[in-house]
Amino acid sequence: MSTENNVDTGKPDEKPAAIPRLHLSSSPHVRSSLSVKMIMLVVIIAMVPSLVTSIVFFGINAALVTAVCIVAAVGAEYGANLLLKRGQTIGDLSAIVTGMLVAFNLPPSIPLWIAAIGSVFAIVVAKMVFGGLGCNFINPALAGRAFLMASYPAQMTSFSTPNFGSISGLTDAASSSAVDAISSATPLTAIQNAFADGSYVASDFATALKNLFYGSVGGCVGETSALALLIGGVFLIAIKAVDIRIPAAFILTTFALFWLTNGTGTYFTVDSIITPTFHILAGGLFLGAFFMATDPVTSPITPRGRLIFGVGCGALTFVIRKYGGYPEGVSYAILLMNLVAPLIERYTRPKIYGEVKKHG
Amino acid sequence: MFKKFTFRGGVHPNYCKSQTEQMKTEVFPAPPIVVIPLSQHIGAPARAIVGKGDRVLVGMAIGEASGHVSAAIHSSVSGTVRAVKPFAHPSGHLTEAVEIENDGTDETVEFEPIGASWREAAQGELVRKIAASGIVGLGGASFPTHVKLSPPTNKPIDTLIINGAECEPYLTDDHRIMVERTEDVINGALMLKKILGAAEAYIGIEDNKQDAINAVYDRVVTSKFDGLKLTVLKSKYPQGGEKQIIDAITKRKVPTGGLPMDIGCVVQNVGTALAVFEAIMHGIPLYQRVVTVVGDGVRSPKNLLVRIGTPARTLLEACNADLTDAKKVIMGGPMMGLALPDLDAPVIKSTSGILVLNQTTEPVRKYPCINCGICMDACPIRLVPSRLAKFVEKNNIEDAISWNLMDCMECGSCAYVCPAKINLVQFYKLGKIRVREKRAAEKKAG
Repeated sequence: MSTENNVDTGKPDEKPAAIPRLHLSSSPHVRSSLSVKMIMLVVIIAMVPSLVTSIVFFGINAALVTAVCIVAAVGAEYGANLLLKRGQTIGDLSAIVTGMLVAFNLPPSIPLWIAAIGSVFAIVVAKMVFGGLGCNFINPALAGRAFLMASYPAQMTSFSTPNFGSISGLTDAASSSAVDAISSATPLTAIQNAFADGSYVASDFATALKNLFYGSVGGCVGETSALALLIGGVFLIAIKAVDIRIPAAFILTTFALFWLTNGTGTYFTVDSIITPTFHILAGGLFLGAFFMATDPVTSPITPRGRLIFGVGCGALTFVIRKYGGYPEGVSYAILLMNLVAPLIERYTRPKIYGEVKKHG
Repeated sequence: MFKKFTFRGGVHPNYCKSQTEQMKTEVFPAPPIVVIPLSQHIGAPARAIVGKGDRVLVGMAIGEASGHVSAAIHSSVSGTVRAVKPFAHPSGHLTEAVEIENDGTDETVEFEPIGASWREAAQGELVRKIAASGIVGLGGASFPTHVKLSPPTNKPIDTLIINGAECEPYLTDDHRIMVERTEDVINGALMLKKILGAAEAYIGIEDNKQDAINAVYDRVVTSKFDGLKLTVLKSKYPQGGEKQIIDAITKRKVPTGGLPMDIGCVVQNVGTALAVFEAIMHGIPLYQRVVTVVGDGVRSPKNLLVRIGTPARTLLEACNADLTDAKKVIMGGPMMGLALPDLDAPVIKSTSGILVLNQTTEPVRKYPCINCGICMDACPIRLVPSRLAKFVEKNNIEDAISWNLMDCMECGSCAYVCPAKINLVQFYKLGKIRVREKRAAEKKAG
């Protein structure tokens, strides 16, 4: 080989300064800057549009409930870590996400002490006793909501009239009476009642779709504005913080099943898509599909598993809303699917590069 | 200008190549003492054929292959053997090595080239020359080249790929070889193509090495180098992985547990192609290689042509490395290289770089796994990295096997992106040891 350009090696007796300590560990020796904390921060940012619309429609109550839930969640995690003698973990911001999600699942008129109890339950019982972040088997925020539904059913189903709208969403603000200032007649109750007494006429519900889309209807703090949730959800999908499979499968399954049973007897008319559209916009479906079913800890990691998980959430939501005694089905659908997520994952191992079918 | 080829998965680390990619390779003088390990390749270590007090010359065989999958070892200096005993190896183990005191005369053995008549030479003769020259894959895996060039007759090779991806950050040795020794690399590739009887030969280069692409392009458009095709690859790690570069260029997939030869492919690194050229054209065995010395505190980063057996410390000193804040000194690239426990570890055939890092990975995980699946998207093999790590952590070896732990090539893409900063690759290395232990125990039990 070539012999030009010999290097000046310097004086051989000039050793470099003593090295304090060389680290030894497995490769890789460099890492990306992505962290769990950043992921949590991104989710928090994605929830901000919903929080803002909620404050617009429900006033200061929405902000207060959210603030109380966040403080209670972070405080509960701090306290639990102290009691369990673990390192402090509130810096990972996951407690803020859980606190916000608990708040988003509560009526704006909920007494603040009940909101705090829900948040503490979510963090301590559903998350910390199982080992903290990454170890919980059900969505903590939904566990908190389920606990409050069982413990304070009246307060959990009393909704206040939104600014610029009515609780049921069927009428615009101008015609809403003062009677339904506090009531349990949410849009989902309205459509369920219409189906129950056979008075369902698709066109009656067409006017509600716009209100459901913008969020000027009665409901929980963070669930009413489909538009705000969609903005946050699309943002999370666009930056790849969320896999589109779960929300897409969830929403499309619910839509398809309600379309098949849409009550008009037809399938290819404008009226036939009013019921399914109503159902995907109403209640907590978008909140659940974009922000809670997508909780990575409690959903399968495998691509096919995520599809199955999303379809399961959508199907259970349909069954509960359509045949259950309770108008809302999203939270229980997700909780049930959380329980089978590990099983789904087990049977959906992805096909790897170069995998060949094994014979025999 | 070119269609760009790539594979699915992978990551985009900061390439950090600007410091040395334009630095011409300098010849580094032979050091006063070299330590040449007998194990520098996959397979059985070579058997020493010299002893204490023997006089050796540059290029003289000092170790012979001890089986089919093994490789010969040659002296990189002329001088006297001081000892044949265990020395520090880059892997962190102590392994048998030959220590030679350089007499400074650089007296070489008489090289026996095949020369320009290689086009007429028999394939077997060329393979024997390559084996006798101790050539192994210089891209990092160090698989003996003559073994790759002797596929069983029922596995015909139709495609040769020369790997010029150099996807590891910091390293620029392959890049410089392609720019400075373009024609020799191409000739080496044509020699390999002839040996394999391959119908097609490609050289794949990542698009962040435009001058290398231009240099190769200028040659392959002329009829003088007919038979080699240039493919431009997207810059993405691990583009230079054997399975990835085959997938990118031919769209073929190596079956799990199989070898590239099962789908008619052989991949050779550009450095290997150059070594093959040197061995066949000039009769020079593999006793030196290009090493990139770079990193934090390395004030004069360089690409150096280094004698095998030169201690890492000597190269760092020559490049004015200030190691006061050094956390790791790595032999190889930052994604798959070995963290050196001892700076006296010598340059071996697979040493593509010596890299100093002042900031490196956390010794312990920072957050728990949140099952986000980002590791899965990064895995070029489409494994589920976080699951595998959990199986190994819980010593659940059956599940680790059925989720294809043994297909992991430890490229580190998963650990690179992991937002929880889990040392995933360490779990796979541990898991593979457990799997081998389990299989050995089962074999023993009958």
